[in-house]
Amino acid sequence: MNISTTGMGALVIVLVMALVTLATRWGGVYVMSFVPISDRVTRFIHGMSGSVLVALLTPLAVTGDTGARLALLTTAVIMLLWRKPLPAIACGIVAAALARQF
Amino acid sequence: MINADTELHRLDRTLVWSGFKQLAPISLFVIVFGAAFGLAAVQVGLSDSTILGMSTLVFAGASQFAVLDLWGTQLPLFTMMLTVFAINARHLLMGATLYPWLRYLPAPQRYGVMLTASDANWAMAMQAFSRGQPGLGLLLGGGLALWSFWIVGTWLGIHFGNAISDPASLGLDMVMGCFLLAMVVGGERNLRMLVIWGIAAMASLLAYWYLPENSHVVVGALAGGLAGMLSGGGKR
Repeated sequence: MNISTTGMGALVIVLVMALVTLATRWGGVYVMSFVPISDRVTRFIHGMSGSVLVALLTPLAVTGDTGARLALLTTAVIMLLWRKPLPAIACGIVAAALARQF
Repeated sequence: MINADTELHRLDRTLVWSGFKQLAPISLFVIVFGAAFGLAAVQVGLSDSTILGMSTLVFAGASQFAVLDLWGTQLPLFTMMLTVFAINARHLLMGATLYPWLRYLPAPQRYGVMLTASDANWAMAMQAFSRGQPGLGLLLGGGLALWSFWIVGTWLGIHFGNAISDPASLGLDMVMGCFLLAMVVGGERNLRMLVIWGIAAMASLLAYWYLPENSHVVVGALAGGLAGMLSGGGKR
């Protein structure tokens, strides 16, 4: 089903996007309110919490350009050595910018 | 770790303000993203009010960019809904991971706080919880910072976007990636966690290559969750 992007159509599209996104923000909390927090559930949630980020970042690192990879590598190394997020992020960005100048 | 028996679910004005301030530096970069979105949306032909309305009501950058790709004189409604849902499905997992603390809040607060959930403030909140510090102030305050800066950035992009026509050449597209990676590396690190993350990474890559588009985050995260559940208590 296609919807026109002019006039009211654009408003409808934005509202539908907002509702779908809201459902994702509320859905997880809502479903969990029916799940008893057992030890297994706790372990599942705990394993999942870091994994969300790992799953988000892995394709970025594997399929990204040299700049993207250097940025992530730089951030990881500085975090491992220094444990300070802001310098690590800043250096990562600089690494990407430098790699993309050449 | 996840035993929320202490007062970690505390949420008051001081904590919210402190969360706002802690996320403010990263939110400055969000202005740039927002500007990139505003500019891209103008170029695709959206009206100013549609663009601002979208950033305000949707507040989920990656899905907003994806919808621009679908935008023409017509737009396929169900494809759009599926795309937005798939990209934002990670919010479902974030909500679930926050539930052990959110459950102490009355329902209106619980769902109200979740309105502002996004990658950066969620990651900061989870890190705070794992250190034994209250995290919901980071979630709400940080979320308000990200949200307001996202809207301001979008507005700037609509009106002055041409000044940053190529944010990628400045490395600015990597801000969020580097931030989230710093959260991963700065968080809990032990052999059990590394194994779980390795499984999550493999599952995510396989899904990225062989499963429908935008499914990789959810697939990888669920794989990591299963690995965590099956790998026993470990050191908790």
